[in-house]
Amino acid sequence: MRYIPLKNDSQEIRLFESRILVAAILGALLILGLVTRLGYLQVVKHRYYATLAQNNRVSPLPIAPARGLILDRNGVVLADDFPVFTLEVTPDRVPDMKRLLAKLKPLVALNAQDLRDFRRRLAQHKPFQNVTLRAHLSEAEAARVAVNLTRLKGATLHARLRRYYPLGGLATAAIGYVSRITRNELRGQRAERYFGFHHVGQLGVEKSYQKELMGRIGFKDVEMDAEGRPVKVLKRILPHAGHNLYLNIDAQMQAIGEQMLANRPGSVVALDPRTGAVLALISSPIYDPNPFVDGIREKAYRALATNPNGPLDNRALNGLYPPGSTIKPFYAYAALQTHWFHPHKRVMCPGYYHLPHSSHLFHCWKPLGMGRVDLKDAIEQSCDVYFYHLAFKQGINRMTRYLTYFGFGHRTGVDLPGEYRGLVPTKAWIKASGRPWYPGQTVITGIGQGPLLVTPLQLADAVATIANHGVRMRPEVVRGIVNPVTHHVRYKKPHAYAPIRRRRKNSLKRLIRDMTQVVEGPHGTARGIAYGLPYRVAGKTGTAQLWSVVPNYKGKHVRSDALFMAFAPVKHPRIAIAVIVEHAGFGALAAAPIARALMNFYLLGHVHARPQNQSRPQLAQARTLP
Amino acid sequence: MNRFERWHLDKPLFMALVVLAAVSLVVLYSASGESVHFALDDALRLLIGFVIMIGVAQIQPETYRRWSVPMFVAGVLALAAVLAIGAVRFGARRWIALGPLSIQPSEFMKLFVPMALSWFFSRGHLPPRLGRLAGATLILLVPVLLIAKEPDLGTALIVLLSGIIVLFLAGIGWRTVLTVLAMGMAAAPVLWAHMHHYQRQRIYILFHPQADPLGAGYHAIQAMIAVGSGGLFGQGWLNSSQAHLHFLPDSTTDFAFAVFCQEFGLVGNLALLALYLFIVYRGLRIAFAAQDTYSRLLAGSLSILFFFDVFINMGMVAGILPVVGVPLPLLSYGGTSLLIIMAGLGVLMSIHSHRRLVN
Repeated sequence: MRYIPLKNDSQEIRLFESRILVAAILGALLILGLVTRLGYLQVVKHRYYATLAQNNRVSPLPIAPARGLILDRNGVVLADDFPVFTLEVTPDRVPDMKRLLAKLKPLVALNAQDLRDFRRRLAQHKPFQNVTLRAHLSEAEAARVAVNLTRLKGATLHARLRRYYPLGGLATAAIGYVSRITRNELRGQRAERYFGFHHVGQLGVEKSYQKELMGRIGFKDVEMDAEGRPVKVLKRILPHAGHNLYLNIDAQMQAIGEQMLANRPGSVVALDPRTGAVLALISSPIYDPNPFVDGIREKAYRALATNPNGPLDNRALNGLYPPGSTIKPFYAYAALQTHWFHPHKRVMCPGYYHLPHSSHLFHCWKPLGMGRVDLKDAIEQSCDVYFYHLAFKQGINRMTRYLTYFGFGHRTGVDLPGEYRGLVPTKAWIKASGRPWYPGQTVITGIGQGPLLVTPLQLADAVATIANHGVRMRPEVVRGIVNPVTHHVRYKKPHAYAPIRRRRKNSLKRLIRDMTQVVEGPHGTARGIAYGLPYRVAGKTGTAQLWSVVPNYKGKHVRSDALFMAFAPVKHPRIAIAVIVEHAGFGALAAAPIARALMNFYLLGHVHARPQNQSRPQLAQARTLP
Repeated sequence: MNRFERWHLDKPLFMALVVLAAVSLVVLYSASGESVHFALDDALRLLIGFVIMIGVAQIQPETYRRWSVPMFVAGVLALAAVLAIGAVRFGARRWIALGPLSIQPSEFMKLFVPMALSWFFSRGHLPPRLGRLAGATLILLVPVLLIAKEPDLGTALIVLLSGIIVLFLAGIGWRTVLTVLAMGMAAAPVLWAHMHHYQRQRIYILFHPQADPLGAGYHAIQAMIAVGSGGLFGQGWLNSSQAHLHFLPDSTTDFAFAVFCQEFGLVGNLALLALYLFIVYRGLRIAFAAQDTYSRLLAGSLSILFFFDVFINMGMVAGILPVVGVPLPLLSYGGTSLLIIMAGLGVLMSIHSHRRLVN
């Protein structure tokens, strides 16, 4: 039992009770004082304070900074800021909304759509916030409203900077766009960081470099009149403009690629293999991002979203394609690392292949076969049987392991948001899929079919790895970040991944030589595309067949994508490129000319092998001027 | 035995706290600019507070009595450690960083000082003699001076207040009370001379808020505008222009009550005040029913301290007290202070529910 001191409890309790009583009286007095004070403030002086709250005179207003510009590698402006006037309405200060709108109608051209949009925004606006009536007024309209502002209680005119993409849809896949911040986007983020900002980067570098581009908000303490209009600025903290971005992308090269794709679905990615600099990143068809900035109309959006060619898909990052024959050099590399593989050993290609103890035939693309081929011939002519054989001998685990060394199945780490991993049937993936893996699947994976999907960016990065002698660089869209005040450029350092495993020397050299044969050899699948060029090209074609929702001209639900990957010059590569054109059939026909044009432009400065009397390609201006 | 008794909880007190937590969510959702994220965050903190309260209630008061001194000593050592190695934030050295947590030991003293003093007085007869009073004063002044040195005058005063409440409840003679009051009056000018500039300014602003409307007087003026514009019935939920237009600083923490005032008016204030007073009343009833001196003194002092927390915050918002950083219990979005308050309420519940059946 615990020890309780012997005490006179009843006396202590009486003492305690008397003290509590005193405390209660004191407390009651304090509460009385507090209630009196609250009553004084809230009843007697209510009107005084209500007026003060209504006209709360000094109001801190945010000053939005200019968003950083986005420039291509030559200084061509890709994303700009454009001053516009916005007509806004503060609903809490409007005595009669109908009359205000009626008054505004002759001053600014308000059509039925504007009014509908306005009502929708009005219905969901938060208390005390302005609602945009017209996002941009013409100068004449702005002037008319400004003159009549005193008659328009509750309406305010704001000058602000609007994001504008002068080249329209050019390189939207890389640049992305900004659009209005929605409430959902603010949720969970640090909302106060975006206080005073109306737009936020949604895609591309606009999103991934949002922090650098946005700058820092400024404030001004503004004295307001009773109508909530600024009268006098008392104090001002200037905003810091956002930093400008220099991209690695060459806008002209990008334009050439986009024009050659001519809105056929497809994608082109060109890299500098030495640094990983992204020279062009094309996802076709292209679309104009400008309408998205202030909210795209529902109808226009639906037209884009339901377009069967899917312009809104970023094919360069998110397009998942079977690589087809373009994957063959990587398998050849894997084989070259083994002790049992002899590149000169010939394999008979009768036009088909079958597994031992099986009657199922796997066909070569050349129905009658190629005869006895060694590695050089197999790559040059893209012999399927040779690679069926090689796949069966190597086994799926070895093949996929080497694919991951080249970056397949992983994100490349490019500085753009939302990149896909692609799909490589690694051991772990097969196990997770829960289905057995058959040798037949290994065989078709050997020619780039089966459960094997790559993005154009991965393909470009992988071929750049070959060009860069086994060192894979992280693709970088942004070249440098420019401080707009000091003009100091912070260049991004190229980032090299760990060099890929190499047991035998010269295996990459051999591979490059064989890939050169694809372009230069007498039977090369892309022969002739480098004809007359002053530099040498190494490449590999591919045609990938996949099931398609839309039937082709023969009525079959098969789609053949044309692929081509290449790098040049062979000795000291400066550009590596991957081209994919959907539905275009044989790779050398549709995809290779695009690659050649871009390589020509990058290495020679003009599209054709010899300068013709054409001027440099002009960049088309955006159609929607603000 | 109903469910509340099984969990060692006082049902009316618990219900009142739940209602208060709900009010907190409603007010803070509005004060944060209708941020669901923020409201959820607050809900999580309140939930943690309740869990701590329930946990604390499970332990017998006797255990607290035995651990009063070690906890107090640990608290004083932590305060000393703060002065030696604490992290400086906002120009004051108040925090100890423990990995990702940062702990403010001075907050804990709001609980440990009443415990230590209650333990001290429970060992002898009451009312205490002068010699015991001197000992009690020493127990009280050591942490208060350490906290004042940080400097954190607001918390130091509240800890001092918590100790004085225990002294008062222990039954020190009226003559002593008057003497101390007179001495306090006499010491006021000395204290004034030793105050920091910003502390002096806050007291000055209390009487002349318009002297610096954009600087030192800004908080007080904006809070009064919020309170006054609320009127009798308030502007309605989510309609606090002072919070939504960012005129009112700290609208989710120390000035959450101002938002409440603007949105729910005098009627709402009286209801809220009634709710708080009900909590204090339950606390005092628990003190009355306590069966030993330690529990009685502790329950009484914690209840009265809770009252003062409420009064100081409301008085600050209403402009009858200087701006000190005291949050409104449970209503303000809070960290350590909320946890300490909930722990204190848990001690009350423990005292209530661990009574022996036979006296």
